[in-house]
Amino acid sequence: MNTQLLLIQVFNGLVNGAFYALLSLGLAVIFGMLRIVNFMHGALYMLGAFAAFALGQLLGLGFWPSLILAPLLVGLLGVVLERGLLSRLYGLEPSYNLLLTFGLTLLTQDLVKQVMLSRFAVSSAPYSPPEVLSGVVNLGFVVFPKYRLFVIALSLVVCLLTWFVIEKTRVGAIIRASTENPVVTRAFGINVSLWVTGVFAVGAALAGLAGVLAAPIYSVEPYMGAELIITTFAVVVIGGMGSIMGSVVTGFAVGVLAAVGAAVYPPIANTLVFILMALVLLVRPSGLFGLPEGAR
Amino acid sequence: MNKTRTAVLALTALLLAPAASAQSLSDGGVKVGVLTDLSGVYSELSGQGSVKAAQMAAEDFMKANRAYAGKVSVLGVDHQNKADVAGNKAAEMIDRQNVDMLVDMPTSSAALAATEVARQKKTVAMVVTGATTALTNEKCNKYTFHYAYDNYMLANGTGTAVTKRGGNSWYIIYPNYAFGQDLNRQMVAAVQENGGKLAAPSDATPFPNTDFSSYLLKAQSVRPKIFGTMQAGNDLVNVVKQYNEFGLKKQGIGLGIGLLFETDVAALGQDAFSGAIATVPWFWNFDARSRQWAGRFEKAFGKKPTWAQAGVYSATMQYLSAVARAKTDNSDAVVKALEGYSFDDFFARNATIRPQDHRVLLDVQVVQVKGKSESKEAGDIYKRLNTIPAAKAFMPLSENKCRM
Repeated sequence: MNTQLLLIQVFNGLVNGAFYALLSLGLAVIFGMLRIVNFMHGALYMLGAFAAFALGQLLGLGFWPSLILAPLLVGLLGVVLERGLLSRLYGLEPSYNLLLTFGLTLLTQDLVKQVMLSRFAVSSAPYSPPEVLSGVVNLGFVVFPKYRLFVIALSLVVCLLTWFVIEKTRVGAIIRASTENPVVTRAFGINVSLWVTGVFAVGAALAGLAGVLAAPIYSVEPYMGAELIITTFAVVVIGGMGSIMGSVVTGFAVGVLAAVGAAVYPPIANTLVFILMALVLLVRPSGLFGLPEGAR
Repeated sequence: MNKTRTAVLALTALLLAPAASAQSLSDGGVKVGVLTDLSGVYSELSGQGSVKAAQMAAEDFMKANRAYAGKVSVLGVDHQNKADVAGNKAAEMIDRQNVDMLVDMPTSSAALAATEVARQKKTVAMVVTGATTALTNEKCNKYTFHYAYDNYMLANGTGTAVTKRGGNSWYIIYPNYAFGQDLNRQMVAAVQENGGKLAAPSDATPFPNTDFSSYLLKAQSVRPKIFGTMQAGNDLVNVVKQYNEFGLKKQGIGLGIGLLFETDVAALGQDAFSGAIATVPWFWNFDARSRQWAGRFEKAFGKKPTWAQAGVYSATMQYLSAVARAKTDNSDAVVKALEGYSFDDFFARNATIRPQDHRVLLDVQVVQVKGKSESKEAGDIYKRLNTIPAAKAFMPLSENKCRM
């Protein structure tokens, strides 16, 4: 394969990387702050895409309003989930919330399937990019869809913003303190459980945002998150559980790896990430950007 | 071995002889079992619509044959597209619910599992929505019939038509499992036989897969005249969605589709598929006869029929007619009545049931998807390019591997 084709695939990989980054960012925020392994993240992503489709069908809303509204709705659902269900499991082993979120995933998928079939009579929903972003643009070395460029740009902005808020602002400091040592933080008069709910909602909204962004390029169907979530977990593990920088950088890197892999030897494309994960776990068990458990 | 079998058959024949002279039905009736996908990805194209189609066939048959009035019933069962479930359900339907014939069976692996059970239990199975050619080759058996279509017919129809219309250089991607590998092999053969070539070797993609951009970019640089996709269901929807996104059509790269269902077109809107060529056994507005049946179906079910559902009606009707000719629902007698039988109905044109492998031969249509603006009414998605006569549409016996 020549260098130009390689360059094209590296560039192309950034798009998938953008989805991995957004999703693993949400997972990492939730895990890093709350120690919840949220298996439902893929279903929340699907709900984001489905919400965009449903808002369009029922209210006639286009892509732009949905881009704001759908993540908000998914974030709201996150509040309900955290307050209503997850918060009851905080004292128990992590495997309990893993089982809970996994069960909820199955329920959500089947529910959406029923709604899509009975209300909209489709098993996969049509959705198009907005007019301004449809079509392709010639970048010199490649002819590339405009919409995909937008995906890369927007996700980069969102990732940087999240990192900035958590690492550099007072809000971030409160969130970090609330999770590091809730008892002491409460002593300072801060309502910890409120912040915890907020963080979960933001993580869920990030998944919803990734879902809306995916709707114009991937098939919108009940199981669209099922495959993606597995890769996303691998991304989080490689980046270091709970590390924000780690999940963003690894997300983009894994996207590129998969795209180049698909061009060089397709059968290995979806396996590469797991090979990388195994290697990282052997050499650096806490992940590329993660601190060892004892050092936290 | 052969002698014993002959002896057993002779004995059975003797035992059955008095009964066969009159109308004789097991448990006083004929029960048609629609084994299908009632909840998953193929439920829109088969599912409840297939059950409804079989019911219509049963009613029409009873109306035309008064002796059978009230004696034909239909049972719909979900196989969830899983081979193990399909096998278990088939056994349950035959043993406990006294089903005399299985029909539909989407998903090749599920169809293979169900037909194997039906073979063991000497029950007629008519596969309509399953695609694998194994049903009439390595896995063929006395009780299994393959209706409507198969991989060979798809590749032979589309590969030939597209190549002859000038699409003579291809780059093909296929999902890396039995169906995709088989369809790719057949498609490459059809393209090459018609003087076409591969612009690049076919690529096996992971299955299931959502992002196909790497392959679309490869197509951009390889510049074939046709980008061939052997994906099905959601994977196909993803490929076509992204084919449009990357604007390949405007760059002069056409789209060749291995297996296309009406529901795939509905999932993206017909403009996304416009110009694509595919091969189908039937479509609802093909002619006055198909229109007439489609109208009845739509009235009863609320939606236009897919070709899979029309095929289920036709297969059920042919089975019941064979029961009427044999004057019994005894499987061996019905198989005998079906083998070599020629017929022509609204779905299967110039049809013959080939006795050697039980492939139902029928005329098939090479179609091109219309753009939304060319569409004259709701659901008007196909323009017929040409008809492949029954004798040429399916795998010739010289290539067939069936030993019955």
